Amino acid sequence: MSGEHLEITVEHKPTYGFYILIWLVLMMLTGVTVAVAGINFGNITIATALTIAIIKSYLVLTFFMHLKTETATFKIFVGVALLFLLISIALLFSDYSFL
Amino acid sequence: MSSIAEHTVEHIHRDDVGSRLGMWLFLFTELVLFGGMFLVYAVYRFTYPHEFHVAAKELNTSVGALNTIILLTSSLTIVLSIIAIRKNNKFLSVFFQIFTMVLAFGFLINKYFEWNIKIHHGIFPGSEILLAKGNGEILFFGLYYVMTGLHALHVGIGMLLIEVMTGLTIKGRINSTNYVRLEAAGLYWHLVDIIWIFLFPLFYLIT
Repeated sequence: MSGEHLEITVEHKPTYGFYILIWLVLMMLTGVTVAVAGINFGNITIATALTIAIIKSYLVLTFFMHLKTETATFKIFVGVALLFLLISIALLFSDYSFL
Repeated sequence: MSSIAEHTVEHIHRDDVGSRLGMWLFLFTELVLFGGMFLVYAVYRFTYPHEFHVAAKELNTSVGALNTIILLTSSLTIVLSIIAIRKNNKFLSVFFQIFTMVLAFGFLINKYFEWNIKIHHGIFPGSEILLAKGNGEILFFGLYYVMTGLHALHVGIGMLLIEVMTGLTIKGRINSTNYVRLEAAGLYWHLVDIIWIFLFPLFYLIT
C-alpha cells in the first residue's frame, strides 16, 4: 500500500493499477449502497445512502480529479466552494426541519 | 540552443495550473446549479416523505445501478487515458477515450429506454395519470425528469468534449508534454459522475 501511495504523490510516475484499485472500491461501495437500501433502517436509511455517496465523491475528487497531487490553492478553492454549499444547506434546514 | 529557445517560448504561453484552476472555477458554477436543485429536492422530500417513498418505487433500481456502474467505469477509463498520454502511449490513450465515449453513449441509451417506459406508462410532466396522483408524487417525477434530464444533457456534452479531445490526441496536439485540455475534459467528466453518485441513491434507492 505505501508503495502505491508513493507512486501517486510523485507526479511523473502515474500508475494504472492504483486507479483500478480506486475503481474497485467505488464499485464495492455501490454494491453496499444497493444492498443496504433493501433493508429498512427507518430514518437512518437516507443517512447511510448519503454517507456512502459522500465517501464515493471524496474518492473521485481526491484521486480521479487529482486533488491529492494539486497545490494547496486547489484544496482551499474546493473547500470554500463546498463550505458555501454547506452553508446554503444548513440555512435551508434551519427553515424547514422545524415545521 | 534553438530547441531550448523554442521550449522557453512555448512555456511562456502556457499555464497548466491556471488552466486547471479555471476548469475548477467552472465546475463550482455547476455545483451551484445542481446544488440548488438538490436543495429543492430536500425541501419537497421533507414536506412529502410518504409520497416520495411511494413514487420512487416506480423507478427501476437495476437500471439505475447499471448506469452507476457505467459512469464509474467511464470515470476510470478517462483517468487511464490521461495516464496513457503522460506515458506517451497515444494509441492506448485514444483507445481509453473512445471506450469512455462508448460507455457514455451506453448510459444515454439506458436513460432513453428508462424514460420511454415511464412515458409509455403515462408518467411524464403534465400527463393525466400523473396529475391524478398526489402533489408529492407530481413533484417527485417533476424533479426526476428535470434533474436526470439536465444530468443526461451533461453526459451528452461531456461525450462531445471527449470526442474533440480524441481528435486533438490523434492529431498530436494533445501529447505527453501538453495534455492539460484532456485533464480539463476529465475533470468535467468526473463532476458528471459525482452528480450521478448523489442522484442515484436519492431517486432510485429510497423505496
